[in-house]
Amino acid sequence: MNSLVVAAVLLVLLGLAYQVGWSRSRTVAVGADRRLHSRPAYHGTLAAIWVLVPVALVLGLWALFGPGVTDSYIRSQIPADVAASLEPAQLNNAMARIRSIASGYGVLGEPQPFENQAGQALRQFQLISFLIVIAAAAGLGVLALFAARRRITPALRARNQVEAVVNALLVACSAVAILTTIGIVVSLLFEAIRFFTFISPVDFFFGTVWNPRFSTTGTGGEGDYGLIPLLWGTVMVAFIAMFVAVPVGLMSAIYLSQYAHPRLRSTVKPIIEVLAGIPTIVYGFFALVTVGPFLSGIGNAVGLDIRATSAATAGLVMGIMIIPFISSLSDDILRQVPKSLRDGSLGLGATRSETIRKVILPAALPGIVGAFLLAISRAIGETMIVVLAAGNSPILRLNPFEPTSTVTVTIVNQLTGDTDFAGPQSLVAFALGLTLFAMTLVLNVAALLIVRRFREQYE
Amino acid sequence: MDMIAGRGNMAEQNTDKAAKVDTLSDRRVRVSTRDVCVFYGEKQALYDVSIDVPDRAVTSFIGPSGCGKSTFLRCINRMNDTIEGARVTGKIDLDGDDVYDPSLDVVELRSRIGMVFQKPNPFPKSVYENIAYGPKIHGLANSKSDLDEIVVSSLRKAGLFEEVKDRLHEPGTGLSGGQQQRLCIARAIAVGPEVILMDEPCSALDPIATAVIEELIDELRENFTIVIVTHSMQQAARVSQKTAFFHLGKLIEEGPTEQIFTNPVHKQTQDYIMGRIG
Repeated sequence: MNSLVVAAVLLVLLGLAYQVGWSRSRTVAVGADRRLHSRPAYHGTLAAIWVLVPVALVLGLWALFGPGVTDSYIRSQIPADVAASLEPAQLNNAMARIRSIASGYGVLGEPQPFENQAGQALRQFQLISFLIVIAAAAGLGVLALFAARRRITPALRARNQVEAVVNALLVACSAVAILTTIGIVVSLLFEAIRFFTFISPVDFFFGTVWNPRFSTTGTGGEGDYGLIPLLWGTVMVAFIAMFVAVPVGLMSAIYLSQYAHPRLRSTVKPIIEVLAGIPTIVYGFFALVTVGPFLSGIGNAVGLDIRATSAATAGLVMGIMIIPFISSLSDDILRQVPKSLRDGSLGLGATRSETIRKVILPAALPGIVGAFLLAISRAIGETMIVVLAAGNSPILRLNPFEPTSTVTVTIVNQLTGDTDFAGPQSLVAFALGLTLFAMTLVLNVAALLIVRRFREQYE
Repeated sequence: MDMIAGRGNMAEQNTDKAAKVDTLSDRRVRVSTRDVCVFYGEKQALYDVSIDVPDRAVTSFIGPSGCGKSTFLRCINRMNDTIEGARVTGKIDLDGDDVYDPSLDVVELRSRIGMVFQKPNPFPKSVYENIAYGPKIHGLANSKSDLDEIVVSSLRKAGLFEEVKDRLHEPGTGLSGGQQQRLCIARAIAVGPEVILMDEPCSALDPIATAVIEELIDELRENFTIVIVTHSMQQAARVSQKTAFFHLGKLIEEGPTEQIFTNPVHKQTQDYIMGRIG
């Protein structure tokens, strides 16, 4: 209710300001010895901005300090002798009950007389303070409108000022994105440093045993936090995924860009890209329910012991997931190779296949490698498929048909259930996250640099 | 009047040239076309072109933009095959072999007819690899030393060897525009073609590089049959012995260069030569 009123008042004020600015600029333009510098719409927008700023300021201040003011008002309504007899927790409880009474929701049990009284008083206070704030905001807005109206002359550079405001808004929006990223990285860093006060970085980065639950058995040790088994699992799964995705993705990119009829290409490419839109959890249970048992069945048939949940299962399905990344990116890159190179090779009597293998692929190689790196970083960061299909067994094993675990899966494990951020069991997630972030960052930067260098060559 | 006088001088130079090749009409016909029409989808781009290209001479195709001269050139080595929806009718013979015979191997055809494109298009490989590419795919060299020899002699024939002998293993794309175009000519020569097609080979080059290439073309006609498409009448007059004038997809007039430039039969040719159309 309150916020609806605020929004309505604000909208009315802004609309009014726009109208006033618009019509005032047209009025001053009549009979002036020069043309309006800016179109009336800019004058209207500028007037609206002038109104918006003080109103938003008042409302913002109230949102910031209002709750504190209300709290102290409630406390002042509790009789001094009652307040003295209550413990801090009871006092908070009483204040919450008073708030409930004031809002009309009612309370459990019979309210005490002082609670009722205070509730009524609070209700009054809230209404009055709200009216005051709205009146102050609106009053200031109207004042600002008058000021804005007086400023309007034909020479006023309303357009430039509006553009400057819009520009600042755009900068602010992109700053939010950048600052958030920086914030995440910094918090990762600090929490990881906290983790390293428990476990030395050497034990973390070079340890070969992962057994963080050791301490919960009560033997007093802190457990083993060796990164190597997880890193190995991550690399193995990503490698299997690339082993599946690179040949299939690259071949389909070559077909699409070099052989397929344009009409076929325009149908097939979006379909392949749909693969990229399937939620990874769907791939995950596809791996768990279908691919895993299938692999295990094949293993039985040829006399091999293949577990249903293993690095191979997760890698295979992850490979299918990243095929569209590779094929779509590589297709775009192959098509960027100038047609003149293709003509030159064909004109020398090379076949289509020779042209592709010896001219087009080498020319596109840097870009294609960039696409591969992007796909790898995607595979390393992938979580859902490995959570479901890799078997969650953080033990250093070379056999891809055994269960394994990855960095992402371990983060999930450490943060689900009871989390206590005072101990290394949970804090290790930040160290793992930081490691993961560093890996994908390096891969992405390398990929972007390579792709950019390739682009410069041909544009 | 000055312009006309200029042309007169040019014609005199051509008379000198013509003296060397006065037997133009007696020469063996390398490429002969009869009633060639080209369609891009529904649109007809070329109408009934019939022309003979003489051996070891430079034949130039001139005409305003969009007149079909490049289209016609690309028919001769079937490069139009790579364009979606292009269709060619009529007959094109290379030494009596029908170029559009379904049993003819287009790969072999293109090794007999080299092509140089409008924009220099060296592969993003070293100078050496650019030249060696063609001989390698056609299996022309049995050993590394054979290949080295082909590369060096092709570069020499293209007049590029002295300039690049110290950087054979640097990227071909690092050469200047004119050098790149000569590299592309050397690349075409390396396969040992009989005919070389050149599609406006100087249009992306500065005047000095153009002069070098024109000189090279004049030397190459000792050993190769050359067909050149150009939008520059001066270039056609300077380098070619036979000229064909195209307009709106039709072959208007063809004959010895000297005759086309001094005594054209058709009014359209005359108008173009005088700069009134195109």
